Amino acid sequence: MRYLFPLLLAFAALAAPVDFRKDVEPVLKSRCQGCHGAAQQMSGLRLDSRDAALSVVVPGKSADSVLFHRITGAKGLRAMPPGPKRLSPEEIATLKTWIDEGATWPADAITQAPVKSTHWAFQPVSHPAVPKTSDDSWARNPIDSFILARLDKDKIKPSPEADKRTLLRRVSLDLTGLPPTVEELREFTADTRPDAYEREVERLLASPHFGEKWARHWLDRARYADSDGYEKDWARPYAWRYRDYVIDAINADMPFDRFTIEQVAGDLLPNATAEQRAAVGFHRNTLTNREGGIDNKQFQFESSLDRSNTVATAWLGLTTGCAQCHNHKFDPISQKEHYQLMAFFDHLDEVEVDAPLPGELGPYLAKHDEYRAKREALLKEYKVPELMPPWEEHMIRAEANPGKETDWDLAWDCLAKLTESGDGQKMIHIPAAKRTQREEDLLVNSFIRNYHFAVGPKVYEEVKFKELDTKLRDLENSYPQLTQAMSVVEEPGVHQSYLRVKGDYKALGAEVKPDVLAVLPPLKPADPKNATRLDLAKWIVSNENPLTPRVAVNWIWQELFGQAIVRTPNDFGTRGDPPSHPQLLDWLASDFRDNGWSVKGMVRKIVISSAYRQSSKERPELQSSDPANTLLARQSRVRLPAELVRDSALAVSGLLNTDVGGKSIFPPQPAGVAELGYGQHDSSGWKESTGRDRYRRGMYIFLKRSTPYPMLMNFDGPKTVQPQCKRDRSDTALQALNLLNDPVFMEAAAALAYESLSDGPAPFRQRAAEAFERSLGRQPSAKELDGLEKYFLREKAIVDKNPSAAAGRYVSLPGGVQPVEMAAWVAVSSVLLNLDEFITRE
Amino acid sequence: MSPREFKVLQSRRKFLTGTAGGIGMAALASLFQQDGLAAEDDPLAPRKPHFPARAKHIICMFMEGAPSQMDLFDPKPELRRWNGKPLPPSMTKDLKLAFIKPTAAVLGSPFEFKKHGDCGMELSELLPFTATCADDISLIRSMHTEAFNHHPGQLFLFSGHMIGGRPSMGSWVTYGLGSENRDLPGFVVLSSGVGTSAGSDNFTNGFLPSTYAGTPFRNSGEPILYLANPKGITNESQRARLDALKELNQDHLASTGDMEIASRIQAYELAYRMQSSAPDLLDFSKETAETREMYGVDKEPTKTYGTNCLLARRLVERGVRFVMLMHASWDHHSELTKGIKKQCATTDQPTAALLKDLKQRGMLKDTLVVWGGEFGRTPMSEIRRPEEADNAGRDHHPNGYSMWMAGGGIKGGQVIGKTDDLGLTITEDPVEVHDLQATILHQLGLDHTKLTYRYMGRDFRLTDVSGEVVKKLLV
Repeated sequence: MRYLFPLLLAFAALAAPVDFRKDVEPVLKSRCQGCHGAAQQMSGLRLDSRDAALSVVVPGKSADSVLFHRITGAKGLRAMPPGPKRLSPEEIATLKTWIDEGATWPADAITQAPVKSTHWAFQPVSHPAVPKTSDDSWARNPIDSFILARLDKDKIKPSPEADKRTLLRRVSLDLTGLPPTVEELREFTADTRPDAYEREVERLLASPHFGEKWARHWLDRARYADSDGYEKDWARPYAWRYRDYVIDAINADMPFDRFTIEQVAGDLLPNATAEQRAAVGFHRNTLTNREGGIDNKQFQFESSLDRSNTVATAWLGLTTGCAQCHNHKFDPISQKEHYQLMAFFDHLDEVEVDAPLPGELGPYLAKHDEYRAKREALLKEYKVPELMPPWEEHMIRAEANPGKETDWDLAWDCLAKLTESGDGQKMIHIPAAKRTQREEDLLVNSFIRNYHFAVGPKVYEEVKFKELDTKLRDLENSYPQLTQAMSVVEEPGVHQSYLRVKGDYKALGAEVKPDVLAVLPPLKPADPKNATRLDLAKWIVSNENPLTPRVAVNWIWQELFGQAIVRTPNDFGTRGDPPSHPQLLDWLASDFRDNGWSVKGMVRKIVISSAYRQSSKERPELQSSDPANTLLARQSRVRLPAELVRDSALAVSGLLNTDVGGKSIFPPQPAGVAELGYGQHDSSGWKESTGRDRYRRGMYIFLKRSTPYPMLMNFDGPKTVQPQCKRDRSDTALQALNLLNDPVFMEAAAALAYESLSDGPAPFRQRAAEAFERSLGRQPSAKELDGLEKYFLREKAIVDKNPSAAAGRYVSLPGGVQPVEMAAWVAVSSVLLNLDEFITRE
Repeated sequence: MSPREFKVLQSRRKFLTGTAGGIGMAALASLFQQDGLAAEDDPLAPRKPHFPARAKHIICMFMEGAPSQMDLFDPKPELRRWNGKPLPPSMTKDLKLAFIKPTAAVLGSPFEFKKHGDCGMELSELLPFTATCADDISLIRSMHTEAFNHHPGQLFLFSGHMIGGRPSMGSWVTYGLGSENRDLPGFVVLSSGVGTSAGSDNFTNGFLPSTYAGTPFRNSGEPILYLANPKGITNESQRARLDALKELNQDHLASTGDMEIASRIQAYELAYRMQSSAPDLLDFSKETAETREMYGVDKEPTKTYGTNCLLARRLVERGVRFVMLMHASWDHHSELTKGIKKQCATTDQPTAALLKDLKQRGMLKDTLVVWGGEFGRTPMSEIRRPEEADNAGRDHHPNGYSMWMAGGGIKGGQVIGKTDDLGLTITEDPVEVHDLQATILHQLGLDHTKLTYRYMGRDFRLTDVSGEVVKKLLV
């Protein structure tokens, strides 16, 4: 503290008397009241009224005032405000002089944080008039007028339309995620009708692959994955049922408002259907921890937090999570409001529900009684009805007397999480007669699988429960079962929610009621005394909500231009980027909202525009004035997302299995990948898919959170932990190694070579041009053909020298083709599949 | 990350002024210019730290599952007196335990402790090799963490937060400092044993660009995924493939003008260099018999972990910034005696060999070595099968466990912090995980409060909102 003395002296004199309004209030307001004001009172201190401030201010005596000690860090106290930005000497001098002059405080000067905000994103969506432009003939629809009007300001001309082949490849990849076939390309280039392009757009919008492509974008926001995420990272065998819901909804062009309500609160809709219950599976994508002995309360808290934050980010573009520990530093979101929002999600029970796919129900019902009878017989044979009741009683005793029998303690702890869903500790307290069939089955299964915790391995072996378990599983597999969906329901009983002090789940603060942020339009609950998740869902898509339609169209725009209008799609708050085209954003948002929230309609409108159809060629003259192409004087070249890199290689080589929907797949991955995680010992191990399943689209690859499929990870695939509003597009050496050396891509190269060589003899250049067109959608230039031919000859010479070294490049050889030629062709094909252009949407 | 995105990122990197110093910059610059890219476009170019660094490299020996501190580092004779008896409830009432109840009986360590080195550091008989390095080690007996389950504990140790999604320490470090070797990744992960609870979360780039993700090296087969040529492709064919690719990519670069293509050409060339340099990296034939024996690479049970330790030295020698050795598992809930003996036999000798080897090559002074798990273990026993002799183990214990650091500006031959006679609580110099992280970054020349990344509207950092550099650890 030695240095403090001269410091205090330095503040001793401030010539003129201070003025509270002009000098003091701004300092208190900007530097103190954030933590010590109306919204929160850290350490119980308020500095927004004289009475309150007197607890730390002795009028006339700065040397005796704790406030002064605090702001200077004197007497060994932690200096305030904390953090690197301390008060300046001038600010300290101002407060010191103010105290010494008697700490006057005008009666009307009680400052409060304003709740209303002038931030653009919180203002109502406008419906701007379509602007005049320099060239109205360029505008195919209002989108173009907005884009061109902005370009006009800087006297920039838009780029010419991309050539037809580039355009078809672009729109095919953007809408369905699959490159066009050679036939599609040739038909389109030959089609001279004025609406040839529009016809292609309609064809693509109607394709079932549209739903796949756009579902994957949504699944990023939903942080979808096929496993728990923690520890053993258990598989979620029915997670895909939610994915199917999303694909189907998008293919059916379900209005986005309904799509929203079903995912946020489908379970609360009157007479909720199986689909709607599957839709709330959105909330089940949260991570789960089933480690022994975890604090269930903590993880329940974390799940509610994640659910609330995800909804806020995915639909509202808000970072409410920042207010978990304190009021939001930048946006008008108080800590209390954060917990009010979270209160909507505070009391969810996780359940699995029957969600049969078409055609499942009949066979299931026909065989149901027979299956039950056989199951009961098996249980009887292994004495389950005799052994289970004493086990249940003993478990309940162990719960009541912790520490008496450590083995039973462990068994009890494990019961909480060892059922696939639902809390076994709750179920065991329901009298057997009152349990639902599902509860009873889960408990019986848990008993059979985990009895050893309680009784030890010897007894477990004697009762032969391992054998029984296998038999039960086999029995189940041999009878038709209904597909399940992961869903949620509201916990029964009265719900109470609390603020958590400093974000600590253990530190309960004041009670809070479910509500929305004050800066946004008010919630209008059906029952004003009891706001529900369904009210929240309806509020999200209400006409007054300014965020949802803006966030949604910004999302759609981003996937079609490679960049969004608001470039921070996860943050529409004050720290996010402002929109590059604010009027366009509002026009799109109001159009989307007022015309039935149609995603397909919005996509159609955008891809029809001249702006979308522009060439993506760099424009050197704009590189310094608009390096990031913000003004959209051209389209952008976009590296394909991870899944589409794989899909494209499988598609052009003819290997792709185009089945839509269903279970996740396990394509071959190198040995040692799954072993990095801890979960390889159980059901979540990587069981390689066989047959056609191996060649399904990348979006169906099983997303194992702790050890993701390496190819997806290398190419910035889904992150699955938090809502992801934008994919990275990195460019790394690991990607190069992946495309060059991964057997999956070599297999695709071999298949492409086979296709190229299988229809009889032809000159190299003709075949190469065909393979090139198949892969990249365009004809090669003469120079490119020269390059390929030169390479082909070089490679053939290499193989000729030592043909056996090329063994293993392919499995089947087309009739009449020499092995050396095929080997060199595989190499040529692999070059095509490695080109930057191949993995780029131009 | 595209060159364009990187430029945006760079402008946000407040501490970064101009381009970087460090070795190989001239060569690097010319390499980049060759492909039409400026060095500042390279997200992995070496960058200056905030202040002069004490350590240039770090080797993190992560002992997954939580090794038992009172059987290895923190002698508690008092426990033997209580052996088999429960502790008074007053001492255990606030304990949070994963599997056992606070009333569980105490387990005295069956292992003897002796003083070692000039400093007289007390270490267990299970660590005869590490004990010979006592004078280079700074032992922390007062670690504590917030997590008491494995996965959250590991996330906390490596990303500073118990919930996933944040970058791991190695990613932060490569983001801050770049890499000095352009033929190898800047952040390499080596693993041995049965696999870790948190899996690749332990080396994830989180919200940082994937350029900064840890690259797992495998200790058998090809060291990096997809590093080996595919079946039927010789080195000569591989080079021919790359030449053809380069030529066609360059044509397309000329017609579109997109610098992204230049960056991809460069990535392919780096991939090829990685392929070419890996065999030399893995070629242990030039290591002396003495070295091989010291690490125990030719015998069990030290073979795998010893290979990883030797590989770690060779990686650091080649300029790799961050090497993480993950060894699993020390999660001895039962059969502690058998289990911990096995893990020590596997790891003790190679660990000491690495320290000695680094020292004799003059590399220890700028290589920071960190050893430890995600938390510690309880003084009380956990008995899962009472009918079996020697079944006792220990449960998770986050409130007072041991880790050690060496090299890279760390003061050797000292013990930091104390726990009470029973090892339940810390009585002196508590060191929280964020403090440890702040200290590690500090030794690498990084101020943990300034190494930030803007994400979801907030500037994130490894140490979240806390962390103090532990000055006592430093030279």
